[in-house]
Amino acid sequence: MKHTYPAWQGRPGPAVRAAKAIALTVVVLLVLFPIWTVVATSLAAPQDVIANGGWVVWPRRITVDAYTEILDGGVVTRALLVSAGVTLAGTALSLTCTVLLAYALSRPGVYGGRPVLLLVLFTFLFPPGMIPLFLVVRTTGLFDQYAALILPFLVNVFNLVVMRGFFQSIPTELLEAARIDGAGDLAILWRVVLPLSKAVLAVVGLFYAVAYWNRFFEAIIYFNDQSKWPIGTVLRQYVTGGADMTGEAVATAAPQSTQMAVVVLATAPIVLVYPFLQRYFVKGVLTGALKA
Amino acid sequence: MSAIDAQRSSDVGRRAATPIDGGVRRVAPGARRGHRQRFRRDRLLLLMMAPGVAYFLVFHYGALFGNTLAFVDYVPFLGIAGSEWVGLANVRQMFGDPDFWNAVHNTVLIAALQIVFFFPAPLALALLLHSLVGDVVKRFVQSVVYLPHFLSWVIVVALFQHMLGGAGVVNGWLDEWGLGTIHVIGNPEAYKPLVVAQVLWKECGWATIIFLAALSQVDEQQYEASALDGAGWWRRLWHVTLPGIRPVIVLLLVLRLGEFLDVGFEQFFLQRQAVGPEVGEVLDTFVYFTGFANGEFGYAAAAGLFKGVIGVALVYTANKVAHRLGEQGVYQR
Repeated sequence: MKHTYPAWQGRPGPAVRAAKAIALTVVVLLVLFPIWTVVATSLAAPQDVIANGGWVVWPRRITVDAYTEILDGGVVTRALLVSAGVTLAGTALSLTCTVLLAYALSRPGVYGGRPVLLLVLFTFLFPPGMIPLFLVVRTTGLFDQYAALILPFLVNVFNLVVMRGFFQSIPTELLEAARIDGAGDLAILWRVVLPLSKAVLAVVGLFYAVAYWNRFFEAIIYFNDQSKWPIGTVLRQYVTGGADMTGEAVATAAPQSTQMAVVVLATAPIVLVYPFLQRYFVKGVLTGALKA
Repeated sequence: MSAIDAQRSSDVGRRAATPIDGGVRRVAPGARRGHRQRFRRDRLLLLMMAPGVAYFLVFHYGALFGNTLAFVDYVPFLGIAGSEWVGLANVRQMFGDPDFWNAVHNTVLIAALQIVFFFPAPLALALLLHSLVGDVVKRFVQSVVYLPHFLSWVIVVALFQHMLGGAGVVNGWLDEWGLGTIHVIGNPEAYKPLVVAQVLWKECGWATIIFLAALSQVDEQQYEASALDGAGWWRRLWHVTLPGIRPVIVLLLVLRLGEFLDVGFEQFFLQRQAVGPEVGEVLDTFVYFTGFANGEFGYAAAAGLFKGVIGVALVYTANKVAHRLGEQGVYQR
């Protein structure tokens, strides 16, 4: 491979290049290897897992028994469905509210814009405490309702600031042109602003979705009914307590494989959408960082 | 003219002075509009704000109001209003509580460790990535190191147990090679390095993004000039690169110092039991266990409020210091 180094730099010596290559390989392996062994263990045949003391790096015989077991309508199946539902509904609601608020606040001179912005930004400085928030959730009657995993986190200030900053960067001529053509604010938002904002919508949407998918603690304090637990909360049972993950079915996979299969299923949705949204990250993060 | 009128007219003046979107429709230069007129004009935009504003009022300001809990002896079925007002009794109890001070001690220690070990790591990784010329390798490594940021703490803790636990992968290897085993998971002595290593694993890659952006902004001409002067790699790093990204370093440090007590909750919540409260308790878990395990809601709220107030003071101070140093700081709108 031929790469161009800047004229002032000169090509580094072989020792330097080797050191860099080693450093990068180590970093990449540190991230990927744990994930790899988890996947390998979840797919390995029970004899191999047990013979090797509970984990496998190269599965010799591949079996999906662990997956069929936990997807057989037991605790994990239900938890995955709960998480999927909360994530889809929550992301849709959060994106809608964030877009609407960000758009209104991005219009210069909007009535009440300044106080509302200050009201919102102040919450960044003083986030709600766990106990007072718990009281609010109880007072609003959200106990044991899936909404308790969504409404308390509806709008994230960071995401809001990112989106508002992006909307402000859209050339005003475009909006004015639409306005002269007789478009109202809703039409402008829908037909001019949003089509130009796909990147920021993707990033903010991903941030919301990941937060909803990963949330596990709230279900512990807001839900008495354990059948409503999302996957993270169920997974925690095993992480801290070694609970049984399978349903009523007779276990044929090694218990370690079953546990790792749950870890894989709890990670999979993130890893699957990740490559598609990854190219938008930098843009989204930086707009926010520069504005905040 | 009342103060409000004066403010409004200066408001109109300022808006008229800047070229703004919809200027034709919104404000004719010098025009003065009443509140009601502007309200009618923007009613659709106000409607758009409504759900978001309602959310902040209920779940943030409602919770802020809920902090009065800290000053009552809370009895659940009586509510805040019905419970006995005890003034600063909870706060006094807190200051005399060795468990509370233990949590403060652990929080401060872990925060300090995080700053010392976690803060420079992303910068080093960013410098390494920035020095790569090949786009393919660079993008691949970036994709890999950003990934852990998106995994939940439950998964990260599970991965660490799988790797470092008593029957984990690393101990399996060590045993096979006859090197004995290491006791990391569930070992109180190894707990603090462990939690810092976890943060490093999860967030180091993600934290490079902002450094990489700053590095790409450093003036190329300065590199050329310093190379002409015969500066080597180290001198270029010290005299060009680091000064070039200093504002970003200071900004991030200020942000981190402002959130000094926010070492994270979920990570500690998941692992506290395994090592016991003496080493595993941080302020956030203290609030949780006092409130939910012991049922002392008023007391727990007082500890939470304490952390919040210190947090605001820290952000304010950190910003002051940054401004003093001639840097931009976090807020300066």
